Amino acid sequence: MKNEKVAIIGAGPAGMRAAMTLVEHGLRPTVIDESSMSGGQIYRRPPRDLDAFRPRQMLYGFEARKAGALHIGFDGLGDTIDYRPNTTIWSVENGRLSVVANDAVETLAWDRLVLAPGAMDRIVPVRNWTVPGVYTLGAAQIALKAQASSIGNKVVFFGTGPLLYLVAYQYAKAGLDVAAVLDTSLFPSVPKAASLLSGGLTFAKGLYHVAWLKAHGVRTVHGIRPEEITLTQTGTAGGLTFRHPDGSTETIKASAIAFGYGLKAETQIADLLDLEFFFDSTNRQWLPVQDRYGRSSCQSVYLAGDGAWIRGADMAELSGTRAALVLLADIGVHGLLPRIDALSAKIRTADRFRRAIETSFPFPAHLAAQLEGEVTLCRCEGVTVGAFRDAIAQTGESEINRLKAFTRVGTGRCQGRVCGASAMEIAASSGKTCIQDAGRLRGQIPVKPVPLSTLAGETR
Amino acid sequence: MKHYRVVIIGGGLAGCSAALHVSRRGAKVALLERGRCGAQASGVNFGGVRQQGRHLAEMPLARRSRSIWGGLRELVGSDCEFVASGHLKLACSVKEMAELEAYRATAKDYGLDLELVGPKAIRDRYPYLGEAILGGSICHEDGQANPRLVAPAFARAARRCGADIFENAPVINAWHDGRRFVVDVGRECLAADKLINTAGAWGSRVASWFGDHVDEDVMAPNMCVTEPLPFFMKPALGVCGGSIYLRQTLHGSVVFGSGLGIADRDRLRARPLPAVIEEGARKAIQLVPRLKNALLVRTWTGIEGRMADGLPVVGRSLNVEGLFHAFGFTGHGFQLGPAVGAVLSEYALDGDSTTDVTGLSINRMVHGHVHQHISCPLHHTA
Ligand SMILES: Cc1cc2nc3c(=O)[nH]c(=O)nc-3n(C[C@H](O)[C@H](O)[C@H](O)COP(=O)(O)OP(=O)(O)OC[C@H]3O[C@@H](n4cnc5c(N)ncnc54)[C@H](O)[C@@H]3O)c2cc1C
Repeated sequence: MKNEKVAIIGAGPAGMRAAMTLVEHGLRPTVIDESSMSGGQIYRRPPRDLDAFRPRQMLYGFEARKAGALHIGFDGLGDTIDYRPNTTIWSVENGRLSVVANDAVETLAWDRLVLAPGAMDRIVPVRNWTVPGVYTLGAAQIALKAQASSIGNKVVFFGTGPLLYLVAYQYAKAGLDVAAVLDTSLFPSVPKAASLLSGGLTFAKGLYHVAWLKAHGVRTVHGIRPEEITLTQTGTAGGLTFRHPDGSTETIKASAIAFGYGLKAETQIADLLDLEFFFDSTNRQWLPVQDRYGRSSCQSVYLAGDGAWIRGADMAELSGTRAALVLLADIGVHGLLPRIDALSAKIRTADRFRRAIETSFPFPAHLAAQLEGEVTLCRCEGVTVGAFRDAIAQTGESEINRLKAFTRVGTGRCQGRVCGASAMEIAASSGKTCIQDAGRLRGQIPVKPVPLSTLAGETR
Repeated sequence: MKHYRVVIIGGGLAGCSAALHVSRRGAKVALLERGRCGAQASGVNFGGVRQQGRHLAEMPLARRSRSIWGGLRELVGSDCEFVASGHLKLACSVKEMAELEAYRATAKDYGLDLELVGPKAIRDRYPYLGEAILGGSICHEDGQANPRLVAPAFARAARRCGADIFENAPVINAWHDGRRFVVDVGRECLAADKLINTAGAWGSRVASWFGDHVDEDVMAPNMCVTEPLPFFMKPALGVCGGSIYLRQTLHGSVVFGSGLGIADRDRLRARPLPAVIEEGARKAIQLVPRLKNALLVRTWTGIEGRMADGLPVVGRSLNVEGLFHAFGFTGHGFQLGPAVGAVLSEYALDGDSTTDVTGLSINRMVHGHVHQHISCPLHHTA
């Protein structure tokens, strides 16, 4: 039992908690993460030499205490885990992981896997979204947290979701010029917000960011529709033109743009493992199926954190702990059931709250469906929305993997992680089918691009 | 029961081309495809459109196919990204050079022109090649195409000519009831005068329903593709022995194949293998050293039927009049597909074909016993 080889994928709050819990019970898991330091996206740490400049309180705001507890707890594990930072998984098979670290490939064996790979920004293309100066909200946040730098002197934030307000708040708080925060949803003026109150503290924090921004004179507009990113003479981002709910348009100048529409679970590894998926219609994305204890459809694979279901950092910690406990119970550790049940109850409550958030910040599927033909859809392969729609019309196809084969949308470097959500919406609307029937974009190894020299065992 | 002149089982390139060629002649034809047309081997292959290096038994078919490839736009409404970029087969030793030279002499009898390229010319003309390369043989009229587009384009063209193309229609069983063929698709049966079996890696199963028992194995060529690179390489590359093949698409990506992944014919699943990908990367870099800086972005494989002697079965059934097979292409049936369909249409409608495929007859392998004299070292994937 103690020899069970457990690999945890991801060292964010979910993976870190899973690791601590397994160690508590005498196991020595392998923890794999692409980043150089643990913490994941939310508790991302600056390089050590920057530590002094930005104390935790400044970096994580409300979450500083939690961040501290996690970082200290995880760092304290020391040699009781096999921790592998700077390590990218490029292939996964039953019992085996293929990873790249220090420009070399390596194979690791596993008996059980905890998948906690987190989430990434979900975007919808807009005219000129591929020019320099345009970032996702997550990237804007990384610049600030890990590099102590800003994406520009004056930034327009647009999109929807809690992250929109959080990142804008963090920028403003750091003394940076936030030109405007433009939300496609009507939050928080919608009546649905009332049901959010059951979410208590998290919701209060969300409102706090909005209120803080308003109190500090940052312009926020709700119910907007982005029209185009305007360009400077050198072709970089110069601002955003958007439409107000009343139909009038306005352009706000800026030197950088950050945008995003909520998060998208990182599901490539689950996909390669052939796990079962379901379509979550509130969230409008495909997610791995899990039982009431967070087990996937495969007996030896457990799901935790945002990679399983977008629930935020606190729930990531809870579900990470639970995944580890359930795993332990499955390999014969007794007496864990009460703890598991208590965690499950908390997670269920949180799910209800999260659903309310998702309905307050709906993914603007219509924006994708209504994109103009000249807009780039797949930037890796340079395919426009128009070319994609032409293929739909010409072939009569609306299944996303068929369309991928015909148009190259999703065959490039990111394998559709960036454009996939919108491609599905376009396939469904132009192909006149429902979003579920447009299907799920399937990934192929490598999970992330790898240089041939690395695979060949040569150094570049 | 709906009656057809011809029913085709399997909508890969061979089957879709057969459907087009039959329907162009005005005969009533139905094609039954278990999943989607061109979603199996025909849609996921390397995209090599190569005559050079083929076994001579395939040569008449390959020659005929090449003439169809050149006229795809007129035939199916799209060139399917076919370009006659040339196919350059490379030698690393004097012995291999001699092999290429000998092959060139025989290919001439079939009207196929090959140009030998010596040690100096190979550096001058193809400066991106690795040091181990001694020379090569180029076939200028060979080339490459985008496999994902081809079979579906044939299927659409066939439909426009009046063919009934049924997708998501697996054939469960078929038999001859003394008067006609009966094809069971589960919810209904179709009747036909003639039956064509183009079921790819599942072809031997269909054949066995009629007592034509042959061994057909499966293979899954392992394919890799890099990010798009600035265009530098016109011809598709192969090597003596066939351990790697490589091409650059007009789009810039470099596609290469090397080794085998794993395929499961029953679960319809195939996957590339990490260790095989790593070995393929080594071979690709040896062949074209500048690739060492390229990023691998995707890999895949497909399910292909493999015959022990490396040659497909094309022609009449052993046991049943009016039944024709074309399966087991062993990694190199993409180029042949268009002509295979044309030949099958002639068998079905005229009783014989103008193209000589006798060397591919099922007679050569009764009950899985391969006649040794047919096996040839020159066949390989792509
Ligand atoms: C990875 C890879 C690389 C390759 N590279 C090249 C290359 O570069 N050049 C080259 O010339 N060739 C290449 N090949 C080989 C080539 O792709 C195949 O030989 C060719 O596509 C075979 O065509 P097909 O129509 O016979 O088979 P398939 O395309 O496999 O079609 C057979 C069809 O029959 C259907 N079917 C089976 N059973 C039933 C049933 N009971 N009812 C209904 N439908 C059924 C299947 O679903 C399938 O769609 C490669 C193959 C692979 C897998």
